[in-house]
Amino acid sequence: MTESPMVRAETVCKNFGSNQVLKGITLEVARGEVMCLVGPSGSGKSTFLRCINHLERVDAGRLFVDDQLVGYEQRGGKLYELKPKVAARQRRDIGMVFQRFNLFPHMTALENVVEAPIQVRGLGKAAAVAKGKELLDRVGLSGHMDHYPAHLSGGQQQRVAIARALAMEPKLMLFDEPTSALDPELVGEVLDVMKELASTGMTMIVVTHEMGFAREVADSLVFMDGGVVVESGDPREVLANPQHQRTQSFLSKVL
Amino acid sequence: MPADMQNPPAQRETAAPVGSAPIKAIKLRHPWRIVIAVILVAALALFVWDAANRPAYDWPEYAKYIFDRRIAAAAWVTIQLTVYSMIIAILLGLLLAVMRLSPNPVVKSVAWLYLWIFRGTPVYVQLVFWGLISVIYNTIDIGVPGLQPLASWETSELLNTFTLAVIGLALNEAAYMAEIVRAGILSVDKGQEEAATALGMSWPQTMRRIIVPQSMRIIIPPTGNEVISMLKTTSLVVAVPFSLDLYTRSRDISAVNFNVVAMLLVASSWYLLFTSILMVGQYFLEKRFSRGIGAMRLDKNAPIDESAGTGANTGAVTTTPQTSSDEGGRI
Ligand SMILES: Nc1ncnc2c1ncn2[C@@H]1O[C@H](COP(=O)(O)OP(=O)(O)OP(=O)(O)O)[C@@H](O)[C@H]1O
Ligand SMILES: [Mg+2]
Repeated sequence: MTESPMVRAETVCKNFGSNQVLKGITLEVARGEVMCLVGPSGSGKSTFLRCINHLERVDAGRLFVDDQLVGYEQRGGKLYELKPKVAARQRRDIGMVFQRFNLFPHMTALENVVEAPIQVRGLGKAAAVAKGKELLDRVGLSGHMDHYPAHLSGGQQQRVAIARALAMEPKLMLFDEPTSALDPELVGEVLDVMKELASTGMTMIVVTHEMGFAREVADSLVFMDGGVVVESGDPREVLANPQHQRTQSFLSKVL
Repeated sequence: MPADMQNPPAQRETAAPVGSAPIKAIKLRHPWRIVIAVILVAALALFVWDAANRPAYDWPEYAKYIFDRRIAAAAWVTIQLTVYSMIIAILLGLLLAVMRLSPNPVVKSVAWLYLWIFRGTPVYVQLVFWGLISVIYNTIDIGVPGLQPLASWETSELLNTFTLAVIGLALNEAAYMAEIVRAGILSVDKGQEEAATALGMSWPQTMRRIIVPQSMRIIIPPTGNEVISMLKTTSLVVAVPFSLDLYTRSRDISAVNFNVVAMLLVASSWYLLFTSILMVGQYFLEKRFSRGIGAMRLDKNAPIDESAGTGANTGAVTTTPQTSSDEGGRI
């Protein structure tokens, strides 16, 4: 028996008003898999990620995370929207890292990391702090625990953001262009942390333009354009030998 | 700037003439400025001199009453009215602002209705209404409508005029505070709510822990203005009628001693003293809150200064664009 996938999307559609942004995304992410999602601006990559942890509601199709339907509940052939509490419970098992970090600026690095475990998981303060320190140490920031985000470099902020997401012990991590807002010399330190995370067997979906990372770390690569999956497969193959013309023209621009 | 002095001499050829003599030019004169200033000072001096000698102001009476025991007590009552009303108004305003931003349309509408009524009618009229409350509602009952009440109170016994004045002022002010708080909340980057939600935090948790603390920087300065405004608005409580506040008390005294102008001056002096104190307080509060959080907003992948990190624990380091006029030197 093969293990069920961590993420399973079946013709997922999403509209913003009359603007159909996702036009039937079908894909699977296996447990422990690192998938890179690439595509031109506006192709719906962020929207898809946001659907996965129900920051946006799916309009059509089905989206499963860990065999659980995202955002809805199926009872007796009918779909019911989830209560906010239940939706929040789904979300806390999914970590998300944003392009612009979105750290809480009024909290120190450590406070950022322990906030959700204490508030959401109800973890005791001492336990949360011990865990938080360990995580910050893991992302190489043991010397910056008491610093506010404003006093950290972009790369450091993003590493705090990763630690913050990991503190909830997620089974899936979503990265939305985690290095796009960084100065070039800071990209490496964030990618290193992600690489290390991938090596621990974390399931990851990474929207990125870092093709080097995709080639080196990812197990699969999906190219999206205009709200559909145009091409997917082994990253080294897709990058070296894209089949579709749209993939070719996109890759010729970013490589 | 030190940067200039550090330039090695070799670079000076191309750079600005660093070491050359400072410019000595005849200053441009502004004769009209001087003329206008002289006229203003003269007019003011004339007014003061005239006022000092004008019998209608009755300065001896002023001196007699400025520290009158009744006036001092009334000033204290005015402060109490201000403080109690503002505390209630801020809490209620916070609640209303959160209600207005709630995803629930009914909750939203109720908050909107409140604002519509309490901002749409004069505070004086509202105070008169509160004064009439015991006429409109003779008793206050707790229980199920239509059945014998579980508990019942005479309204006039439960609510004295001071309480009614506080309620009237607070409920009116809450409507304005709600808008201030709402503006503060909306000023917080959308990504904050998103990050909190993605971590599994509920909406109330997100508000309480993430959004509201960050909105303080925007909320504090206009709230200071509202406190000053409230201090002056307390002079309307005579509408309730409550008569122990500074203005009404001084009016009452002047009704006996026939020194209307002097008593107005007495009351005004006290109001001015209080507003001046509040203005100083507001200045420091604003300075305090425009630091810390303000500087920490992530406007972009922005501020990167390793050396500044050592000061992080104090939470007060760099400045924001808002205070750039007085602290523009640092970034
Ligand atoms: N909340 C929203 N309301 C309306 N339209 C939206 C919203 N969010 C995204 N869109 C639209 O959906 C489309 C896809 O957006 P999305 O952010 O998913 O693209 P993307 O692939 O992540 O692009 P980028 O590389 O620029 O981040 C865009 O045309 C955008 O304008
Ligand atoms: Mg995007």
